[in-house]
Amino acid sequence: MTCQVRQGLHALVVLLIHYPQTSLKTPLLSCFFFFITLHHFLLFFFFLYFFLADMAIWFARSRNIVSSLRQNLGLSAILIKRSYSSPRPVTNYPLSSRVFLGPFTSYRHESTAVETQPDLVQQSDHEDDAQELDFPGGKVGYTSEMKFIPESSSQRIPCYRVLNEHGRIISDTDFIPVSEKLAVRMYEQMATLQVMDHIFYEAQRQGRISFYLTSVGEEAINIASAAALSPEDVVLPQYREPGVLLWRGFTLEEFANQCFGNKADYGKGRQMPIHYGSNQHNYFTVSSPIATQLPQAAGVGYALKMEKKNACAVTFIGDGGTSEGDFHAGLNFAAVMEAPVVFICRNNGWAISTHISEQFRSDGIVVKGQAYGIRSIRVDGNDALAVYSAVRSAREMAVTEQRPVLIEAMTYRVGHHSTSDDSTKYREADEIQYWKMSRNPVNRYRKWVEDNGWWSEEDESKLRSSTRKQLLQAIQAAEKWEKQPLTELFNDVYDVKTKNLEEQELGLKELVEKQPQDYPTGFHI
Amino acid sequence: MASLLGRFCRKMVVPGSAHGGARLVSTTTSCESETVKSLNLYSAINQALHIALETDPRSYVFGEDVGFGGVFRCTTGLAERFGKNRVFNTPLCEQGIVGFGIGLAAMGNRAVVEIQFADYIYPAFDQIVNEAAKFRYRSGNQFNCGGLTIRAPYGAVGHGGHYHSQSPEAFFCHVPGIKVVIPRSPREAKGLLLSSIRDPNPVVFFEPKWLYRQAVEEVPEHDYMIPLSEAEVIREGNDITLVGWGAQLTVMEQACLDAEKEGISCELIDLKTLLPWDKETVEASVKKTGRLLISHEAPVTGGFGAEISATILERCFLKLEAPVSRVCGLDTPFPLVFEPFYMPTKNKASFFCSSVSSPSKTHTFSCRH
Repeated sequence: MTCQVRQGLHALVVLLIHYPQTSLKTPLLSCFFFFITLHHFLLFFFFLYFFLADMAIWFARSRNIVSSLRQNLGLSAILIKRSYSSPRPVTNYPLSSRVFLGPFTSYRHESTAVETQPDLVQQSDHEDDAQELDFPGGKVGYTSEMKFIPESSSQRIPCYRVLNEHGRIISDTDFIPVSEKLAVRMYEQMATLQVMDHIFYEAQRQGRISFYLTSVGEEAINIASAAALSPEDVVLPQYREPGVLLWRGFTLEEFANQCFGNKADYGKGRQMPIHYGSNQHNYFTVSSPIATQLPQAAGVGYALKMEKKNACAVTFIGDGGTSEGDFHAGLNFAAVMEAPVVFICRNNGWAISTHISEQFRSDGIVVKGQAYGIRSIRVDGNDALAVYSAVRSAREMAVTEQRPVLIEAMTYRVGHHSTSDDSTKYREADEIQYWKMSRNPVNRYRKWVEDNGWWSEEDESKLRSSTRKQLLQAIQAAEKWEKQPLTELFNDVYDVKTKNLEEQELGLKELVEKQPQDYPTGFHI
Repeated sequence: MASLLGRFCRKMVVPGSAHGGARLVSTTTSCESETVKSLNLYSAINQALHIALETDPRSYVFGEDVGFGGVFRCTTGLAERFGKNRVFNTPLCEQGIVGFGIGLAAMGNRAVVEIQFADYIYPAFDQIVNEAAKFRYRSGNQFNCGGLTIRAPYGAVGHGGHYHSQSPEAFFCHVPGIKVVIPRSPREAKGLLLSSIRDPNPVVFFEPKWLYRQAVEEVPEHDYMIPLSEAEVIREGNDITLVGWGAQLTVMEQACLDAEKEGISCELIDLKTLLPWDKETVEASVKKTGRLLISHEAPVTGGFGAEISATILERCFLKLEAPVSRVCGLDTPFPLVFEPFYMPTKNKASFFCSSVSSPSKTHTFSCRH
């Protein structure tokens, strides 16, 4: 080693002494001296490299000596302990950076030691013998570095997107293509949902129905998710997903009947408007309590699994609903029971007046999936094609692998929470306008459909005017329709009317006959 | 003293030929040649569950620790026999257990879920009240979760304190859409549980944990059901009607025996189903005796005794010879060291029996509150 050092140093000295004195009288001479210089430079660095490598090996060997000393002399272990714990997690630093740290840092010793002397690990202290620790739940690697997992990763989970804001497919994006027929149907339904929301909202404002809530801004989630499912998939909605029912074939008349609670309402007039349900369409009846459908979806998924059906449970929840205990219960049960459930969270930024900054401190909902052992994805909820692809893939995964999947669809609730809410009281009108106009999912998707030549302005006006007309007719008809008979107040509490209910029904009938002025008319006794 | 002895040595061995008139043993089965076996309550429940799973391949039993047999051994042997797909442990989450059960039941299966102690049923209260109870009604009978049965051990056990002794039946009796059933003995439990499981409505089934090992009875081995919403007169009498359910009936039985020594003839009724309850049987009895005493472990205020009292007053007012009496738990959380003072013991019941039966005594314990 010393020879090498001497030679290297010699080369360096020659370089330093001779170069300034070199005359450039002739090109030949200067070329000659140039190559001599180059030769000495190469020699110098060549030997420097080996010198340092030798140093490393020397120190590594000495480490070996020290470690064996450590075994015999406990005290030395304390002094050198930090350097000799292994294995260190592999870092991505290139070797060259280590070289210039200098030969005396213990960090460098460890890394080179690990690389050059792999069997050193086996020779290390008996306490460090086990590379992993055995606990109930499996083996875990250990670390002597006390490091807290940060509260959030440095980057937010990115959002899967297919169409840009102008309705153009982003290049290199992977997505499941849709046929013209499917694409057009999706657009038609999104537009229908828009018209339906508008007309029913106005009907409530006119006092014709008692309540309504819109899905404005979330048409892509509603329709594209439904389009990606099979009719056998059982849907457990929250309440802002009438588009799924619309897609499956629920007619505008049927929607109107439920809102008016007339005799044709399948729910028999028992619940507020928008609490739709249809067993024929595999769409569980909406209930107002938030998130209660999530553990039920796990049970439904498990039932489908046991029946070996080619179907899954699909359930929806808003950003606010993920704070409920039932969200935790639902996801945990679905994961543990390995139930085929697709959880779709519509993160629309608002839970009535509560902004998501007041709802959770995590990076949205997608990061919560992993906490339950559930595969998750964040998708642009205002991109119909992205939602379609994500839900379709999730559904396939759920059914073929019999596991739950979580989708967080990012969107914005353009409308008020409901007809009982005025959202301008807690958010800027500009914000609402921005999302309504510039980030409108229907317009964005429309551009794509039109660009393909599958839709025109004429189609648009035809669809909107006919839907509007159909809705107005449906509302008029539903309004005039006969009311539910009074006996329906007492039916279905149990499978069969119980004695106390029979008594109460008789009592009420008597009362209504005696004092009809106290009661609304039209309910057949 | 007798009451203390009676209370803590309550091993209830009840052969068919017990005291004249005392029919704590269920006689509602009518099979001639039935094989019976001496079983305690948890074994009877276990038998019922075996039969339920055997007779319906689409039935499931699950809850915390159910796999190895359960903390009270009610689910012994089920997982081994029917497989882990049908009998399984769940995560520790009552709202999840009941919610999951509702989902299974809504798909046409029978879900027999276990809540480890009735004291822990409250996280599932939302799912039971807002979902299970209203599932059929709100959907216009398009959907139902009638296949759901929720089992939970309830009641005093001698050392349970606040959270292993509660009797929460009153909360559930206030919920239209579910049924609440409480058996008094092993034979009753098996028949009532099978009825509850097969009833097309969600049922909350409270099992008196005190009787899991203490009560032993001849239980038929075959598949039998005891109808819901039918109360049973288990002891006939003329002077006073006593109404109760579950483990409290053993206490009341003792009170009846004591009262008999004083010449008071007591009629004892086991309500069995609290919701919907059999008003007719109780009404007929009170119209005969003219006096009513209701007894339950749960605190007196807002307890189910109040509902029975109000109903009987409405129906039998002119036939009543004394105010309706309630011998119940005190209005405190269930205490540990004070349990003997808290409980509606035999002596408290006897005290009321005699005070109610004697026209000269105008004060009753319940009036003072």
